[in-house]
Amino acid sequence: MATSQLQSTFQGTRDLPRWVSPLMLVGFFLTSFFLQSALASGADSVEINLVPVAVFGLLGYAVTLYVLSRIVEGVRKATDRLVTTLVSTAFALALIPLISLAYTVVTNGVARFDMEFFTFSMRNVVGEGGGALHAIVGTLEITGIATLISVPVGILAAIYLIEYGRGTIARLVTFFVDVMTGVPSIVAGLFAYALFVIFFGPGVRMGLGGAIALSVLMIPVVIRATEEMLKIVPNELREAAYALGVPKWLTVLKVVLPTALAGIATGVMIAIARVIGETAPLLLIAGFTASMNYNPFDERMMTLPVFVYTSYANQGVDMQAYVDRAWAGALTLMIIVMVLNLVARLISKYFSPKG
Amino acid sequence: MSKRIELKSLDVYYSSFLAVQDVNMVIEPKAITAFIGPSGCGKSTLIRTLNRMHEVIPGARVEGQLLMDGEDVYGPDVDPVRVRRQVGMVFQRPNPFPTMSIKDNVLSGYKLNNSKMSKTEAEELTEKALVGANLWNEVKDRLDKPGSGLSGGQQQRLCIARAIAVEPDVILMDEPTSALDPISTAAIEDLAVELKEKFTVVIVTHNMQQASRISDMTAFFNIAGTGMPGKLIEYDKTEKIFSNPGQQQTEDYVSGRFG
Ligand SMILES: Nc1ncnc2c1ncn2[C@@H]1O[C@H](COP(=O)(O)OP(=O)(O)OP(=O)(O)O)[C@@H](O)[C@H]1O
Ligand SMILES: [Mg+2]
Repeated sequence: MATSQLQSTFQGTRDLPRWVSPLMLVGFFLTSFFLQSALASGADSVEINLVPVAVFGLLGYAVTLYVLSRIVEGVRKATDRLVTTLVSTAFALALIPLISLAYTVVTNGVARFDMEFFTFSMRNVVGEGGGALHAIVGTLEITGIATLISVPVGILAAIYLIEYGRGTIARLVTFFVDVMTGVPSIVAGLFAYALFVIFFGPGVRMGLGGAIALSVLMIPVVIRATEEMLKIVPNELREAAYALGVPKWLTVLKVVLPTALAGIATGVMIAIARVIGETAPLLLIAGFTASMNYNPFDERMMTLPVFVYTSYANQGVDMQAYVDRAWAGALTLMIIVMVLNLVARLISKYFSPKG
Repeated sequence: MSKRIELKSLDVYYSSFLAVQDVNMVIEPKAITAFIGPSGCGKSTLIRTLNRMHEVIPGARVEGQLLMDGEDVYGPDVDPVRVRRQVGMVFQRPNPFPTMSIKDNVLSGYKLNNSKMSKTEAEELTEKALVGANLWNEVKDRLDKPGSGLSGGQQQRLCIARAIAVEPDVILMDEPTSALDPISTAAIEDLAVELKEKFTVVIVTHNMQQASRISDMTAFFNIAGTGMPGKLIEYDKTEKIFSNPGQQQTEDYVSGRFG
C-alpha cells in the first residue's frame, strides 16, 4: 500500500507537450478579445477596453492550465504552473509602468530630438527652434562637480566606518549618514543657498551651489553603497594581507578597495543617476537662464531637469514648441542616465575579480 | 633563517574571556611542531598570537612573554607589521587574492608593500617560490591567469608560495589541509617537511596521523569544559606523545578515546 502510493506520487505522470501552455495563452487572449468585442458591438460602443480582455484572458488561461495540468501531470506540476503564471503576471505588471514611461518619453521626445536641440541654447528664442545645449552643459558640469566632491568624501567615509571606525564617533557618523539619506532635496538646495549667501550675499546664483546641493544628496548614497561593498569583502583577504606584513592602510588601498571596486563603481553610478534628475535644489541655487554659461563659478546655470520644468511651466505663444522641447529634454536626460548605467556595467565587468 | 620561539606563561584573551591559559613552551627552529587537541581548545588562538594576528580582532589581547630568538615579540616598541614579515601564515581556507594573477599573488608580499623589483628579479622570485611550494609545473604556463581559477589544493599551495616568497623565519599553518583531498594533503605534507629545512614550521591539525607523520614535536592542548580556558597539557617529541604519553588525557586523545 505505502509503496504503491509512493510510486504513484513519484511517477505515473505524463508531461503536457511544450506547445500547450503558449498556445493556450494566445488562445485565451484572442477568445477574450473577441468576446469583449462582441459584447461591445452589442452595446454599440466602438472602443474595446483592453483591461478586461487581459484580466479574463489571463484568468481563463490560469484556471484551465491548472486543471488540465492537474489531470495530466499531477498536483506538483500543476502547482508549479500556477505559481509560474502568478509570478510572470506580477513581473508583467511591474513592467507596464516602465514600458509605458519609456514609450511616452520616446514618442514625445523625438519631435525635437534633432541637431538644433543639441547645438543651440534658448537665447533669443521665443517660438519654435532653440535647443538645450546650455542645459546639457550645465547638467554635465554640475553633476560632474558633485561627483568629484561626493565620491572621495563618500568612499573615504565608508572606509572609515567599515575599516577603522569604532565606538562613539563611528556611531555618530552612521547616524548622520542615515539622517542625510532622508534629507529632502529642496532642503539640500536651501542649505547650499544659505551657505553661498554667507559668502556672496543674498540672491546668489551659481552652478557650483547646485553641485554642493547635489553632493549633499549624493554623499550618503555613495557612503551606503561603498559600505555594503566593503562589508562583503571577505575578512580572510584582509587577514591574508596582514599576515604578509602589509600595513593596514596598504591592505585597504590595495586589497580591499580593488576587490570592492566594481561594486563601488556601480554604486557611484546609481548615486549619479539619482541626483542628475533633481530639479528643486537646482532651481533654487543654480537658477535658470536661456543663455550658455560654461562657468560654474559665476552666474545662473541651466540644467536639463530645470529646462524641462521651465519649458513646461512657462509655455510661450507657440505652446507646442515648448512642450516638444520639454519632452526632448526629458529624453536626453533618460539617455544620459542609460549611458551612465552602461558605463557602470562595463566598469564592473572590467574590474570585478576574475576566476 | 629560522628562529626559536619561546612562550613564557602566555595568557590569551578575547576581551575578558580567557581563551588560552599559561602556556610555556619552546618551539624549535628547523623542525615541525604540531598543535593538536579537541575543537575549541585554543589552537588557532594560540598560533595567531605567534605572528600578532590575534590582536587584529577587537578586544583581543595577550599577557605574558613571547620571545623570538630572545627578542620580545610583544615588546612596547615592536611593530606588529614587522613581526608578520618574519612570520608567515597559511590559513585553513585557501585565500588567494581574487583580483590578482597567480604571479602577482606569489609576489603580493612585495607588491602590496610597494617594494620595487626588476622584472627578472620578479620572475626569478616567482619561480623559486612556486618551485618551493611544489606548484611550478602545474602553473608555469598560466602565471598571468587569476589565482582563484586553481583547484583548492593548488590554491593552498599558492598561498604557501606567497608566504615563503617573502622569506620569513617562521611559517604557521592553521589546519592547512582540512579543506583538501588526500592527494593535495599529501603534497602539502611533503612540502611542510621540505620547508623545515629552512624555516621553523608550526602546524595546527585535527588529523592525528598527519601530526605523527610529519611533526618532530607535538603539543597537546585540552579544555576542561566550555567557557574554560584551553591549556597546554603535554609537549614532547612526537614519537613520545603518540607511543608513550606522560598524561592520561593525552593518551585518551591520541588513542581516539575522546575529542
Ligand atoms: N573572535 C573570537 N571572539 C571571541 N572568542 C573567540 C573568538 N575566536 C575564538 N574564540 C573562542 O576561543 C576559544 C578557542 O577557539 P579556537 O578557535 O582557538 O579553537 P581551536 O582549538 O582552533 O578549535 P578548532 O579545532 O575547532 O579550530 C573558543 O572557546 C572560541 O569560542
Ligand atoms: Mg581552529
